[in-house]
Formats: sequence, structure tokens, C-alpha cells
Amino acid sequence: MKIFSDEYCLICHGIRTPVISWTGLLLRTEEQLVCEECQNKFKILSGERCGICSRVLEGEYRDEKLCYDCIRWEQDSTWSGTLTQNKSLYEYNDFLKEVIAKFKYRGDYALVRAFTSRIKEELTFMSFDALTPIPLSQERLYERGFNQAEALITEAGFRPTHLLTRIHTEKQSKKSRSDRIHLPQVFQLDGESEFCLEEKTILIVDDIYTTGSTLRHAAKVLLEHGAKSVSSFTLAR
Amino acid sequence: MRFAVENNQIIPSLLLETSQETKPISQIDPLPHIPLQPSFSFNHELQRYLSGKQLLLEEIPFPLKQIQEHYQNGFLVYRKALIQNGRQYECLRCGTNDPRWFSAFPCARCGENCVYCRQCLMMGRVSSCTALISWVGPLPEIEESEKDQELLQWIGTLSAGQQHASNSVVHAIRRRTELLVWAVCGAGKTEVLFKGIEQSLDQGGRVCIATPRTDVVLELTPRIKAVFPDIEVASLYGGSEDRHKYSRLTITTTHQLLRCYQAFDTVIVDEVDAFPYSVDSSLQYAVQQARKPGSTMIYLTATPSSTWQRECRQGKREFVTIPARYHRKPLPVPKFVWCGNWGKKLANKALPDHFVQWVKRRIEKNKQALIFAPKIASMELILPLLRTYHPKVEAVHAEDPLRKEKVNSMRNKEILILLTTTILERGVTFPNIDVAVLGAEDTIFTESALVQIAGRAGRSAQFPKGDVSFFHYGKTEAMVLAQKQIVSMNKEGYKKGLLDE
Repeated sequence: MKIFSDEYCLICHGIRTPVISWTGLLLRTEEQLVCEECQNKFKILSGERCGICSRVLEGEYRDEKLCYDCIRWEQDSTWSGTLTQNKSLYEYNDFLKEVIAKFKYRGDYALVRAFTSRIKEELTFMSFDALTPIPLSQERLYERGFNQAEALITEAGFRPTHLLTRIHTEKQSKKSRSDRIHLPQVFQLDGESEFCLEEKTILIVDDIYTTGSTLRHAAKVLLEHGAKSVSSFTLAR
Repeated sequence: MRFAVENNQIIPSLLLETSQETKPISQIDPLPHIPLQPSFSFNHELQRYLSGKQLLLEEIPFPLKQIQEHYQNGFLVYRKALIQNGRQYECLRCGTNDPRWFSAFPCARCGENCVYCRQCLMMGRVSSCTALISWVGPLPEIEESEKDQELLQWIGTLSAGQQHASNSVVHAIRRRTELLVWAVCGAGKTEVLFKGIEQSLDQGGRVCIATPRTDVVLELTPRIKAVFPDIEVASLYGGSEDRHKYSRLTITTTHQLLRCYQAFDTVIVDEVDAFPYSVDSSLQYAVQQARKPGSTMIYLTATPSSTWQRECRQGKREFVTIPARYHRKPLPVPKFVWCGNWGKKLANKALPDHFVQWVKRRIEKNKQALIFAPKIASMELILPLLRTYHPKVEAVHAEDPLRKEKVNSMRNKEILILLTTTILERGVTFPNIDVAVLGAEDTIFTESALVQIAGRAGRSAQFPKGDVSFFHYGKTEAMVLAQKQIVSMNKEGYKKGLLDE
């Protein structure tokens, strides 16, 4: 057995000088798959953040504990209280954008391993009755080969519960904020699911929180079918 | 995708009407062979789209049903894209078999844990259940308007050295063999290809000029189009519009050849020793895949690797040299100047004395200079120090967003001294410059890098001379070999009467 296999960075494929330490040797944590240079390009969200969506609060774009976007969601009677809370790990900077694009659009599934140990850490401290990924439509799933949100769950060692299905529409990323908020409902309860939503706390998982529209649409369906509360977890914000 | 095997043919699961046993294509052994049914009336657009290619299903904008009909009639094949040999995987598109490039994912297309290749991922993911689709029917015919024409429209003349090499190229194409054209920097190697390309086209062949560098593709395309005005030329690089054009003459990056399969009768690889082709075996594999069996292979370079040089000397490799520049003046021979521990000096914000003197002399004569440094970090330290001597000093490196602009200002003489990493070692031509390397002992300066760097000086007929100085902290073998190579080319040039006394 080679003790220091994986000598290339998972992300940039450059040769990685392994940091030799006892913990590293014994536990072989995922951090070691990524070189220091790449690891430093990920910015962990920190500081004061919006009480709902975890956006970093700064300057004028806020009112007390909430960001303006969440205030607008909460003032809208259709959406108020839909999403209890969102937790995100990293700032959606250019580097993460590139990595996520390669992961989900180019289909480089292995890149998920750059995040699994931190996801596992976070999810362990959250309470929920079920973890559910934002689903892809059948067509999109076939095209991509895998669901990126589900990959985040399973590769972190958790079991996903499929509660929703999605109707095939044009790509989300090509729409403006207003388009996305005034979207018709694209999610439905998964008819094949045997999970009873009554009084359950659900955690939805997705790769990115952009406007929060996707997550709220999904949460709404779950609430309408009896869930007690719905929160979300995303890699990027 | 999964396939069913039925009546000695395979059927994509998406086209199955009844449920039956299916497998990922990599698990079907052997793949059935379907003989060509000449009576089948095939789709000519699909023929032009797929000929000489190997594409993924999602890259082919024709209905799957139609693709399957062509398969059933022997006009196209589904090939395995990724196979397993024992415990080792191999990507058949890019030739990779190093385990570090493979990973697996739960695949929604085949429902299995599907192994995929990370090496060529950016060209679309290839996995255990992926099929590569290629045309095996008759090839598109040459347009009537292009037949029996004088294809080459060039009125220039070749130097004696070029003429000799040009004849060898034509000869290699007639005999369908392999040839290395070893031409010094500034010999004019593009012109040497013209006759050979015409010869291959006249034989009814498809010709491809491949190079590792996109900028070379962009520079070559208009020159080639100008001398072959009557035929369509496809120019391929990441994001180019000609990607699906079927043409008799293709100019492409070696990278784009990953999508080609047994396409060309003549393949010319320009700058064989350039990065990343020289170190990326998947690109070398791509070139081999793109050749038709029994095709001609022409390699062009000013700086063959030491292995190739040895093969040439031992008579194991067919080659022809152009030892002299077209302007008949010898190549500037690099001088070695020891400059002590320049790195330490630099850390103390000082430059070695000999180097400073060299720079000052260029400033006095107002002569443009290109200065190579081993690393971006050292370049950033050198730049402010040089600016204390003259304001018109700039630095450029690979990721510099203003790279093009700075090279242009150098051309327009708005910059006196341009500091650079090895990215400007080849391809660029400034008519009247001197060249220096600071830290020539660094391992990044290989023999071929140094020959290329020295080759930047004295390129124009008007200014055939230039000073080349390697400032170093300990002579390396690469430096010595580079100097030796240049000296021996000059010697050969004199001997063959290709240089003026």
C-alpha cells in the first residue's frame, strides 16, 4: 500500500506536496485531496449573516438581522415562513463557480470529494427527519448522468430521501431574478415516495443558493403536504 | 447508455420497445460487425458530419433512430470509449491509462457505478457506458469545382535549403512515410509544406496541419487559405466555428484531434516539441488516432528532443534539415555570462553588475530587448529595478490579461525592454532585438527552450544580427547543448553553401 497515494490535487491536477502529520496518516481526511493553493481559494462564509439565507450582511443591504432579499420574501404572504433557514458553506466566488460548473455541467463527479468532509461535519450538527435533494427532471438527469445535490448527500455518508420530482423546463441559470421568483411551480410530491411528511422537519440540499427561489418552491410543496418545517443546506451562497 | 444485443447487432436501450437484457457497451464482447449495405440510401449531411470523427451521441444533432439505421446498414459504428484490461482502465478517446485519471459515479444512464476519464473530460465525459460513434461508409466526394484544379497559388520562391526540404516532404507524401523536418528558427518552414500539401490533395487525400498552440492555428490559417484559395480550409480550436466542417485541408490544435478518427492521409505536426504536446501523451495519442492507416506523417520543429536527435544521428529516423535562415546569415550564437548568485542579489533589491551593463548598453543604443526570467516571482522583482534605468520596461507572463496588448506595444516599439517568462520563447517575431536570459541555469530553460529563445534574435533580413546572452549562476548541460546545436547548424549551413560568408 502506498501511504501517500493521491499525490495530485483533485482540482488542479498539480502535484501536491503531502503535509505529513499523524492525523493525516491515520485518518486520511479529504482535505488532503486538494492542494493548499486550491483549498485557499475557497472562502468559508463567516461574520455576521442573514438570519434566514446566511448571506454575509454588509453595508446597506440589510435591515437588522435580515438581508433585503429575505425581507422581500417574508413580506410576501405567499412565501412568508416557507424556508425556516438556509445554511451554506462557501462564498460563491469565481473559483467555486468554476469548480461547481465542472462538477455538474462537465460531470466531473469526483470533485464532490473536495467538499464531503465539511458537509459531513455540518450535517452532523443539524437536526432533521429527512434529507432531500433538489431533483432534476428525468431529461436533465439523463443528460448529466447524476444529480449533483444527491451526490453532495450520499458522498458525505448520508442517505437521501426522494420526496420531490421536477417538471422539465428551460435551465434555471438562464433566467433573471424576477423570472425565477414568478415561476410556476416546477416541483411535485414524488408519487413513489412512502415517506410520511406529517410533522416532519425536512432539510433540502442543493449546490447553490442564488435567489432562494428554487428552494422556496420546493419547500412550499413539502409544507403543503404536511411537513412541519423546511430548511435548506447548500454548498455555495 | 445500455444496449441490447439482438440479431447480431446492438440496439440502444432508448430505442427498445420491449424490456430485454441490456448491458453497458463496454461489457458487450465482441461487438458485432455489420457489413456495408451499399443499397442503403444514406444521409449525406450525416456523412459529412461524421466522416473522420469519433463523437459522443450528444455531440451528433441527428435523431437516434436515424443514427441507428445507419449503424444497421453498416455506415457507422459504435465503439467502446472506455475499457477495462484486468484491473486497469483505458480511455480509447485519449489513450489515458494512468489510474489517477479515472473515477466512478452512480450513472443515471446505465444505472451502474460507471468509470469515467477525467483526462479528456472537457471534451464531453467518456465513461464505461459511452459509445464513440464513427462513420465507416463511403467518404464524401470531392466537389466537381475543386477537381483537376491547380490548387496551389503561390508565387514566392524557396531558398536552396527550403527547396531541398520541400522535395523531401513531397517524396515522403508520395511514399506515405514519416519525416522530420528540422528547420532552424526563422528558416521559413511553412513554405516548405506547400508543395507537399498540394501533392497529397492531388492524390485525393485529406490533409491536416496540427499544432499544440491555438495562436499558431490562428496565424497559419490565413496564410494557408491565401495559397490554397479554391478549397475550403477548416480551422479548429476550442470554440471555433468550423468544428463540424468537412474539408480537405484542416488546420487544428492537437487537442481538437481527440474528436478525429482515421481521418487524414497526411498529418503534419508543427512544433512537435512544444508544450503541452511534448509532455501530454493523450495529445500524441490523438494525433495517431487521427491518421488513416498507411498515412504520411510530417513533423516540423526547430528543436527536436534529445531522443529524436539521437535517432536522427543513428539513422533510425528519416529527417531533413534546413540549417540556415532564408536570409542567408548565421544564427546568433549565445554567449554565457556568469553572474553569481543573482537570486540572492535580487532578494536584496539589486541586479548583477554584468547584467546591468548589458541592459545599459541596449538603452544607450536604444535597441529593443527581450529578457527571459525563470519565474513570475523573480520577474516581479526584476521589473521595478529595471525601471530605475528606463521607463519603457514591461513584463508579461502566461496569465497576464494584457499579454496581447503588451506584445503589440513591443512590436510598435512603444516598449524598449520586455521582460517575459518562457511563454514568448517561440512564435513571436520582433524584427530587431537583442535577447538575454537571467538565470539561464534554471531547469525550466531546457535545451530546446534556449535554442528557441536564441532564435528570437536576428530574424529579419534587414537586421540579421542580434546579441544573445545567457546570464547564469553555473553552466548547465542544457545551455551547452543549446549552444552546440546552434553552432553545428551554422557549420552545416556554411558547408552546404546556404550561408553567405
